[in-house]
Amino acid sequence: MSHGPCDKCEELLQGYLDREIADAERAQAESHLDGCEYCRRRYRFEESLRRYVRTTSEERMPPGLMERLTQLRSVEG
Amino acid sequence: MGEPEPDIEARRIASDARDRVRFEEEALALADQVYRVARRLVRTREEAEDLVQETYARAFRSWRSYTHGTNLRAWLLRILTNLNLDRGRKVQRTPDIQPLEEGDYYLANRMAESQGERALDHDKVVERLSQDSIVTALSSLPDNFRDVVVLVDIGEFGYADAAQILDIPIGTVMSRLHRGRRLLKQQLAEEALG
Repeated sequence: MSHGPCDKCEELLQGYLDREIADAERAQAESHLDGCEYCRRRYRFEESLRRYVRTTSEERMPPGLMERLTQLRSVEG
Repeated sequence: MGEPEPDIEARRIASDARDRVRFEEEALALADQVYRVARRLVRTREEAEDLVQETYARAFRSWRSYTHGTNLRAWLLRILTNLNLDRGRKVQRTPDIQPLEEGDYYLANRMAESQGERALDHDKVVERLSQDSIVTALSSLPDNFRDVVVLVDIGEFGYADAAQILDIPIGTVMSRLHRGRRLLKQQLAEEALG
């Protein structure tokens, strides 16, 4: 198994990261990760970066906005 | 066929009104999630608020075109992304993307360099990023790439939903996501270097 960068792995890992691949491909991705330290590190990194990106958006909407949206209703709630 | 019976007509109107109220309630319950995506698609909080408000105004007007039982959040975001496009975004040039050999290790290497270290473990890189740097990096992405990254990574939509929302093929979602994430790391690396 290659331990350097390869486009195919990157493609497979993206789908795996996003849980967008079929079972057969998932098995292929997992077996590749088991044997390839390079991809394993990248995968862990991508996963934590993605998690971190998500935490930056955990911002609730400003309270006044909900009020304005409610006023747009046909019958005010 | 003559005029509908008055009581049938009254029942139809009442049922229509109930459907509409239900639609509005379901849509409002998603407002936080819609705002969260909007907030990262545009630069300022004010723009995000305006965009969400316009989205809901349009959604409430055209509620009949929503098919009950389908993904309402995706339906709302489709309106939102279209409105965002209408706001006169410019077509941007795609910046150069690092070759794969550098792509993923690039950020780790640049961060190590900026901190006078020879090598920085991948696992340590994310810990050293600030929330602000992510926000800045995201907002620097070209619109097309940011749309996809925000919908998938923040909105937590699958590829198929993202494709439908943006009205682009699923393969385009995948390639923009791939390139968008790579650009994001590149941008973070540049910020780290100051």
